[in-house]
Amino acid sequence: MEPNHAPDHQEPRRTPLYAAHRALGARIVDFGGWWMPLQYGKGIIAEHTATRTGVGLFDVCHMGEVHFRGPRAVEAVSRLVTGDVGGLAVGHALYTVACWPSGGIVDDLIVYKLAPDHLLVVVNASNTAKDLAWFRENVGGWCSVEDASEATGLLAFQGPGAATALQALTGTPLEGMASFDVASDVELAGVRVSLARTGYTAEDGFEIFCAAEDVVALWERLLVAAEEAGGEAVGLGARDTLRLEGRLSLYGNDLDDQTTPLEAGLGWVVKLDGADFIGKEALLAQRAIGIRRRLAGFVMLGRGVARHGYAIQATPDGNKLGTITSGGPGPTVGKNIALGYVPTEHAEPGTRLLVDCRGKLVEAEIVKGPFYKRAR
Amino acid sequence: MAGQYPNDLLYTKDHEWARLDPSGKTATIGVTRFAVDQLGDVTQVDLPKEGELVKQGEIFGSVESVKAVSDLFAPVSGKVVKVNSPLGDSPEFVNEEPYDEGWMIQIELSKPEETKALLAADAYQEFLKESAD
Repeated sequence: MEPNHAPDHQEPRRTPLYAAHRALGARIVDFGGWWMPLQYGKGIIAEHTATRTGVGLFDVCHMGEVHFRGPRAVEAVSRLVTGDVGGLAVGHALYTVACWPSGGIVDDLIVYKLAPDHLLVVVNASNTAKDLAWFRENVGGWCSVEDASEATGLLAFQGPGAATALQALTGTPLEGMASFDVASDVELAGVRVSLARTGYTAEDGFEIFCAAEDVVALWERLLVAAEEAGGEAVGLGARDTLRLEGRLSLYGNDLDDQTTPLEAGLGWVVKLDGADFIGKEALLAQRAIGIRRRLAGFVMLGRGVARHGYAIQATPDGNKLGTITSGGPGPTVGKNIALGYVPTEHAEPGTRLLVDCRGKLVEAEIVKGPFYKRAR
Repeated sequence: MAGQYPNDLLYTKDHEWARLDPSGKTATIGVTRFAVDQLGDVTQVDLPKEGELVKQGEIFGSVESVKAVSDLFAPVSGKVVKVNSPLGDSPEFVNEEPYDEGWMIQIELSKPEETKALLAADAYQEFLKESAD
């Protein structure tokens, strides 16, 4: 995670939980223009492990929530993102990306279909303003576009113990909710919420939307529930190690305006044989010509930690082939892992390349798929 | 917070400490509690080999934490006579016991007068306080 620092003249913003984080002894950092907890008292590895074995509670209020409402809302969002929004049923969600006409990625996001004429799109905090401007410019009069980021509280409750712990706080049966299902108007610990079985940790878990004024009370209740389930509050540091082990992309590191979803290994979120969307022509052309570089997953074989920005090369005296976009220790997999772009001909699993770790060339092997997969 | 910054150690503004042995000929080197708190969980420590020479103020190794890599700066010049090799398998010692099990190297001083440039515990804590303001 490379925190995107706010412009100098602008003090980072606080989520409604800022005081709660301080009270828990969090180390607070500026992340994408927000004061966010990097870690709490026990540290990143303990928080990471608590999420893999029990429950982790995350403040993700900084993320952006954009509501699209109206009879043509589905049509409007379909044009903005690469995924199959037309095929999305009410009560389901879809991970996808929005592209520029060039095929470069505006943002990666989740589309929640709350009603036939109502879609909620959750975007990255640091991209909210850019996304909103882009969405509004392209939606025109098709439907209403409402920025509810300020008015919405969002918590993530993640881990193998999440469903059981959450069930104790709601009358709504959770066992019927599959991954990427979303339920509106749920009462949870006395608070009205929307509940989605989504997350960014490679574990089972939920993301919980509520009114911003309710989020402090809900956080307190969920923190108790998490602790009773052998969990704790988890900061951005562990959020990053958890998502990296699950090989989930981070915008600004692994994805950006210059990378296309096909290069990023996100072909599965692109529906090229369906409705038209912005960037489709560029992506069709790229597919026809061939994808020149791909995001690869690396396991470090030698002693070294690959990090964002480190160069990748094929031989000790060779030229730079590509760049690491994310990297660090994988606390659960017990290896140093990384993601990085390399030319397609070097991207085959099993390929051994060298990463320039501050002047030391360290061997790394390309692997297929996520570094960590939860037992199902 | 005396326990955080023991009085028998000398400190640098780069957050290393040095413990001089009674003879004044060798010094044990590590990083301070402040450094450890900033680093977070340490996952790897890269140290020089025995016999290598280090120079005051220059890099002698590095520490990888979950979040980042940080250089280690030698508080004094001299020859490395001992390396805390258990850190290879147990880098967490640095977090748990930065002044004991978490020590890093022992140096035979080539310029003992260099220790005059190091900070006593109270001066180091004063420096930390000023940096925080």
